Amino acid sequence: MRSESDILIIGSGITGCAVARELSRYNASVIVLERESDVAEGATKANSGIVHAGYDAFPGTRKARYNILGASMYPALCKELGVPYRRNGALVIGFDEADRATIENLLARGKANGVRGLEILERDEALRLEPALSPDVLCALSVPESAIVSPYEMAFALADDAALNGVSFRFNEPVRDVSALPDGRYAVVTDAGSCVCRVLINCAGASGAEIHNRLSSERLEMVHRRGQYYLLDRADPQPFTRTVFQCPSVMGKGVLVTPTVHGNLLLGPTAEDIDDPLDTATTAGGLSEVLAKAFRTWPGLSVRSNITNFSGIRAHLTGDDFIVGPCDGCPGYFEAIGIESPGLSSAPAIGAELSGMVAAWLHLSRKEKTVPLPRRPKPFHDMTDEERARAVQADPSYGQIVCRCETVTEAEIRAAIRRPVGAYSIDAVKRRTRAGMGRCQGGFCMPRVAAIIAEETGLPLQEITKNGGASRLLSGTLSSFGKENADHE
Amino acid sequence: MNERFVNILIVGAGPAGLAAAISARENGITSILIVERENEPGGILRQCIHNGFGLHRFKEELTGPEYAQRDIDRVTELGIPVECSTMVLSVSPDLTVTCISSSKGFQVIHAKAVVLAMGCRERPRGALCTPGTRCAGIYSAGTAQRFVNLEGCMPGKRVVILGSGDIGLIMARRMTLQGAKVLACVEIMPYSSGLNRNIVQCLEDYDIPLYLSHTVTDIRGRERLEGVTVSAVDENRMPVPGTEIEFDCDTLLLSCGLIPENELTSAAGIAISPATSGAIVDETFCTGVPGIFACGNVLHVHDLVDYVSDESFKAGAAAAAYVRGGRTESSFIAVRDGDGVRGTVPQKIRAAADQPVSLMFRPAAVYRNSAAVVDWDGKEICRKKAMIFTPGEMALVTLKAEDLRGISGGTLTVRIERS
Ligand SMILES: Cc1cc2nc3c(=O)[nH]c(=O)nc-3n(C[C@H](O)[C@H](O)[C@H](O)COP(=O)(O)OP(=O)(O)OC[C@H]3O[C@@H](n4cnc5c(N)ncnc54)[C@H](O)[C@@H]3O)c2cc1C
Ligand SMILES: Cc1cc2nc3c(=O)[nH]c(=O)nc-3n(C[C@H](O)[C@H](O)[C@H](O)COP(=O)(O)OP(=O)(O)OC[C@H]3O[C@@H](n4cnc5c(N)ncnc54)[C@H](O)[C@@H]3O)c2cc1C
Repeated sequence: MRSESDILIIGSGITGCAVARELSRYNASVIVLERESDVAEGATKANSGIVHAGYDAFPGTRKARYNILGASMYPALCKELGVPYRRNGALVIGFDEADRATIENLLARGKANGVRGLEILERDEALRLEPALSPDVLCALSVPESAIVSPYEMAFALADDAALNGVSFRFNEPVRDVSALPDGRYAVVTDAGSCVCRVLINCAGASGAEIHNRLSSERLEMVHRRGQYYLLDRADPQPFTRTVFQCPSVMGKGVLVTPTVHGNLLLGPTAEDIDDPLDTATTAGGLSEVLAKAFRTWPGLSVRSNITNFSGIRAHLTGDDFIVGPCDGCPGYFEAIGIESPGLSSAPAIGAELSGMVAAWLHLSRKEKTVPLPRRPKPFHDMTDEERARAVQADPSYGQIVCRCETVTEAEIRAAIRRPVGAYSIDAVKRRTRAGMGRCQGGFCMPRVAAIIAEETGLPLQEITKNGGASRLLSGTLSSFGKENADHE
Repeated sequence: MNERFVNILIVGAGPAGLAAAISARENGITSILIVERENEPGGILRQCIHNGFGLHRFKEELTGPEYAQRDIDRVTELGIPVECSTMVLSVSPDLTVTCISSSKGFQVIHAKAVVLAMGCRERPRGALCTPGTRCAGIYSAGTAQRFVNLEGCMPGKRVVILGSGDIGLIMARRMTLQGAKVLACVEIMPYSSGLNRNIVQCLEDYDIPLYLSHTVTDIRGRERLEGVTVSAVDENRMPVPGTEIEFDCDTLLLSCGLIPENELTSAAGIAISPATSGAIVDETFCTGVPGIFACGNVLHVHDLVDYVSDESFKAGAAAAAYVRGGRTESSFIAVRDGDGVRGTVPQKIRAAADQPVSLMFRPAAVYRNSAAVVDWDGKEICRKKAMIFTPGEMALVTLKAEDLRGISGGTLTVRIERS
């Protein structure tokens, strides 16, 4: 397939989605090309989910500026898009005098960056706020502006909004080559065909430097730094209300213990440099490191309530700062590269600025009307009895609970499949509805979810995948399987 | 909101719920309602199409669905309503139950007694913390069983099974018969957690190797599973470097234990035993909340459905007695796990108990030619010898009414005495 557009975005992580949504407000054709089968399949689905207050980045860096600006945009954006967000506050804890020095540095940096409410607490005060903390803490930086968000749900909402306003998302289209055409446009080759565009925007996360290096003579070097996690079951109440960080090091922000917006507890991440940017495996060594470090923060930790492990990969540039904007020597080529932490926090700001630069370059006019994203109904799990009674009366498919652990109804699963950027795999449904995210990890509901996807899409059950590509759930029907094997003999 | 009143409400129409209902009716209770979230009664037995059910209770070998059908027929004959496709959302300590279905919407049901019979679920991969990739092709054995037996689909072609629980063993045979190659069954403990007859009939008969004291230490494959690494473990269950065996497979089935499904129970404020993951009950299967009873796999995981039914008949009768108001205040005798014993049920006995009481438990390891002994405050009151006690098979000692005579407090300890 050959297509043309004004603007082409590579990558549908939170950065690409934020840029796409902002650009959907202009009179221009926009295509997003994504390698995977869904939005948010890169770093955006596997991170700590913290909207950082902005005390960590060095003053004057792009990381600091976008973090502060992005974090300030989150509350209104989450409200508008119906994305779970909570300002739960954070503590950065120290165990010895060296840590105290680090914490004092963070306080100074945070003040220079304009973060409000920072203060250093002594041991007793920290323990009073978070009684599950280790009694070995010496002091803590209190960060009241720190917040938690569901990162992939943010990306889904941004993508839905963009799609409703005319952006076309194309999945399963890995970009294999990019080149500048003599007429000033760019040609992009994917597994499924090619695209020509006036503006090319690189939001390709871990592949950002590779794509950059194909166009620019100024080479960038990227390090892929993996972070592994434990995710513990929901509990009521959770032992921690705040996000608890240990002191950061050159490799990252250290191992944290944090509640998630859905009431689970997240422990991690590690920081290990790896060669393969797609290698999101967890390792015995990495997992035991997370436990050992998290145990230092939280002596009461028990893995009995673990429900899953996962890992995400930071796209770290050796220059140590984000690159956001036009690229010298490549007119019409824009990029957001090296978007490691605090990239999630920064995404709304990067989206707004980058789209502004592109619009100015192309002299785009703003659309007169935008289509607002319809409010999604409250999840059944969070409804009161009265709300549940009304919901099932209005739509009987609310009466069919598909996922027992997270109480997700058939109505919600069908709605997720029918969203503007719809869910066609088990993982896509899971991230949009939480079906299969609970303690049994889909043991009961996965066959039913697969059947509903098959029904909604008209695909045979055997074609349904866990997360696109070759990740099929089944290898055949009993009859075809028997036959195929008989043929072999 | 639709409000109703019943005498006994039963959550779950598996063998436990069905037996409790039959027994409550036979004990004179008229208004009984069974609520089941699946679209048919029968519980997990619906997908167990192999035979081996009912040897104790019916003295014949039935398949799972055949076994369930006998109870379903009896429930129908007794006119007990089963509301299917209806999920119970909450049970409160005042015996109010909320549930939802497409046909009847949201209902509030007030009961005089509630029997919890929600069964159990399988431990997922997360609970095992196995490192590696998170690709397609990793299923709990019961999910695979559902795919094969209820949906007519094959989950994969080259299979490794982690854990030697009965469901895994049954699926090893089932997948083999359907043309898949089962490469290995891997068990971290030095003994199998499944029934011996299943080891013989499902593995040995098909030349499927059983690796004891081994576990899966890595999982490979970006989209679909491509292979697993299996390593030997030491006595602390830690992998021994250098013992790795690689298997190329597209499917990993987990059969690593069952966990009673007690979300409703906990939310009702009922105390849960860490040893069984089920409610703490007395010898009438009454939980810490008067009027709420629990039986079957939701109480503790059984090996055989026959025992589930047996326990549930007792629980149903006790619920009926409770509704008739036949329950007297009583002090309790505590029951405690001693040496070599885990998860004894019941955890307490009413001092007023005038019936024989069966104490059920899991041996902590394999013990040969040993005895299960019950002491009361240090004094032996009952002893049962056995050729073998193994963790794969639930053990049972029955205290006769006269064993308990004169005991009105203190603690009973169940222990294994090695010869
Ligand atoms: C362990 C860890 C913890 C983190 N914690 C936090 C935190 O708490 N707070 C915070 O603010 N930030 C955090 N971050 C950073 C944050 O997750 C990232 O900055 C953010 O998700 C980056 O989004 P992105 O869209 O730039 O990249 P990604 O989400 O990686 O998206 C890039 C997309 O591009 C696609 N793509 C790549 N190559 C191609 C190609 N050739 N063709 C087509 N598509 C392609 C990918 O499939 C992917 O979907 C963390 C990151 C990690 C790894
Ligand atoms: C694969 C497998 C093989 C087995 N093989 C054998 C064998 O060979 N021989 C043998 O004797 N036994 C065998 N068993 C064991 C036997 O099936 C179980 O012991 C028995 O089914 C347990 O009965 P139950 O009623 O406690 O639970 P279940 O059968 O699990 O029934 C519980 C019911 O409660 C319903 N429920 C749960 N929560 C709710 C709610 N909130 N609202 C409404 N309904 C709810 C569930 O849908 C389910 O129908 C096997 C079990 C399995 C899984």
